[in-house]
Amino acid sequence: MSKAFDSKQIGLFIASGIALCVLPFVVGGALGNSWVRIVDFALLYVMLALGLNIVVGFAGLLDLGFIAFYAVGAYTYALLGSPHFGIHWPFYVTIPLGALFAAFFGILLGTPVLRLKGDYLAIVTLGFGEIIRIFMNNLNAPVNITNGPQGINLIDPIRVGAADLGSPINLFGMSLPPVYLYYYLFLVLTVIVVIMASRLQHSRIGRAWVALREDQIAASAMGINIRNIKLLAFALGALSGGVAGGLFSAFQGFVSPESFSLLESIMILAMIVLGGMGNIAGVILGAVVLTIAPEILRDVIGPLQMKTMGRMLIDPENARMLLFGIAMVVMMLVRPEGMLPSKRRKAEFKDAKEAAAQKG
Amino acid sequence: MDIFFQQILNGLVLGSIYALIALGYTMVYGIMGLINFAHGEVVMIGAMVCITVVSTLMHSGVDLPGWAIVLIGTLVAIPACALLGFVIERVAYRPLRGAQRLAPLITAIGLSISLQQIAILIWGRNYIPFPDLLNADTVSIMGASITKLQIMIVVLCLVLMTGLLVVVEKTKLGRAMRATSQNPAVAGLMGVNVNTIISATFMLGSALGAIAGVMVATNYSQAHYYMGFMIGLKAFTAAVLGGIGNLGGAVAGGILLGIIESLGAGYIGQLTGGFLGSNYQDIFAFMVLILVLIFRPSGLLGEKMADRA
Repeated sequence: MSKAFDSKQIGLFIASGIALCVLPFVVGGALGNSWVRIVDFALLYVMLALGLNIVVGFAGLLDLGFIAFYAVGAYTYALLGSPHFGIHWPFYVTIPLGALFAAFFGILLGTPVLRLKGDYLAIVTLGFGEIIRIFMNNLNAPVNITNGPQGINLIDPIRVGAADLGSPINLFGMSLPPVYLYYYLFLVLTVIVVIMASRLQHSRIGRAWVALREDQIAASAMGINIRNIKLLAFALGALSGGVAGGLFSAFQGFVSPESFSLLESIMILAMIVLGGMGNIAGVILGAVVLTIAPEILRDVIGPLQMKTMGRMLIDPENARMLLFGIAMVVMMLVRPEGMLPSKRRKAEFKDAKEAAAQKG
Repeated sequence: MDIFFQQILNGLVLGSIYALIALGYTMVYGIMGLINFAHGEVVMIGAMVCITVVSTLMHSGVDLPGWAIVLIGTLVAIPACALLGFVIERVAYRPLRGAQRLAPLITAIGLSISLQQIAILIWGRNYIPFPDLLNADTVSIMGASITKLQIMIVVLCLVLMTGLLVVVEKTKLGRAMRATSQNPAVAGLMGVNVNTIISATFMLGSALGAIAGVMVATNYSQAHYYMGFMIGLKAFTAAVLGGIGNLGGAVAGGILLGIIESLGAGYIGQLTGGFLGSNYQDIFAFMVLILVLIFRPSGLLGEKMADRA
């Protein structure tokens, strides 16, 4: 990182920057605003996946309850910025507050599970996620806190000064609808998260995580404080989950416990695993593919069936999830290291394969 | 006091079903060291197959007593689920043997999603009622009431669990299973066909899962494509509570978890001064799971191990 970039890299950087800036106009122009909305969600999922990647990809701690932190961030924003309690705090208070709460919950979860690894850790985190969801679902009586399964409505959009991202803004004679405005906000934040993640990866902490992932005992013999480094991974992962949750709340204007099911946790884990665990570019690719592909399938499956069979044989939603499940299985069997694995993981997989081959 | 005894009875019924499912988890874990996440879906498919057979028989106008129809349904569900277990192992686990731990977990989750979607394709998204064929008369024991069906469930669970223990401890298959769980490579050298044993373990566990599925469906009089998830998770908790890999532990853990859950749901209102109600029943299993893993990761009856991977 200390060396200056060569001109080719700078060129690529500027080109991709411009491409990302004009992307919503291209997508919106060609496919309509609903697709810009999907692109927004893709960015949100990139943030979430990068957060989970800190825990799973870097530190090797399998977390199946990640969505709980997203939920904490989302509900913090929703409760402090909606008519539900009549509180309307600005986003620059509620989003950091939500992120802090999420990080606190991350440490709360992390502390008791320090000794657990692998499948056990996965199950406990899954249980934690479910507990959070059950509480959100039921905390409407006797004191109505979360409004139960109905969720919270009419959440404030993000307002920057006089600008309100929840309604169209006129700029240079063009009217920019909210999905465009949120796109740029999410883009900026995603870039920040990407930079944070890549700086972390190559830092002292990042190397400590790798050491922890590969051999905990050796790592602690090298003077790494296992407890602190694990808790840091949980807290930082939860922090970005919390930020994404707050943004989701503001963007959607509505939250309910349904958005934070186990399937969402699995979806984010699948993004990381299918994309290439531990590799930032791979995780981004995984998140984008897994957000966009199901939407394309939704648009394709229905019409395709109408055309070939003349009627709907399989409900598109059903077919989409079925394909998703099958894809997860096939991907693990064919290419368990993911689409874009990091060099280190690739080597690990090669070693494991060779060891297995030698065993016979 | 009556409520207390009633909750214990409810817990016993629930717990014996958990125990039966927990056996499937614990057997697979004992032999392969992995959590078969798709086991809950096997339970669900078992319930669904049984309901389909039962309602087909009823519509065809066969003149059979209710228990015989349910029995036929169960007898169809058992081989169907055993076959499913066999296929699951072949497709999702065998190719990944010796791979990194995360890979089989992901395939299992993928498989579980696929099975749920297949169930939606076949049976739809709605709750399917289980016809009232079995004797649901209530019997009262010491002031608490229990249906005859529930008594049957508990007795049948105990019989099946004893049967499984006999199979594992006394038969040649059981000996091969125990050998494989201790050391697959050496078991192979001693003439055990490890692949066959693993397949047999999956099939046996899935067959028990099928019966458990029928029990759940008859007890609640309904089945649903998503029913396998929660019950599978709780049964897994039961297996961990008892000490995963230990058959007796799974039974003890299942019954204990059932009773904890019933008592918890019955008394949580009083304990929290009405703030939390019985709709929090589901959190007890997770609380128990987290507490067990923190304070006694090897479970109640599990061997003490320095480090659980």
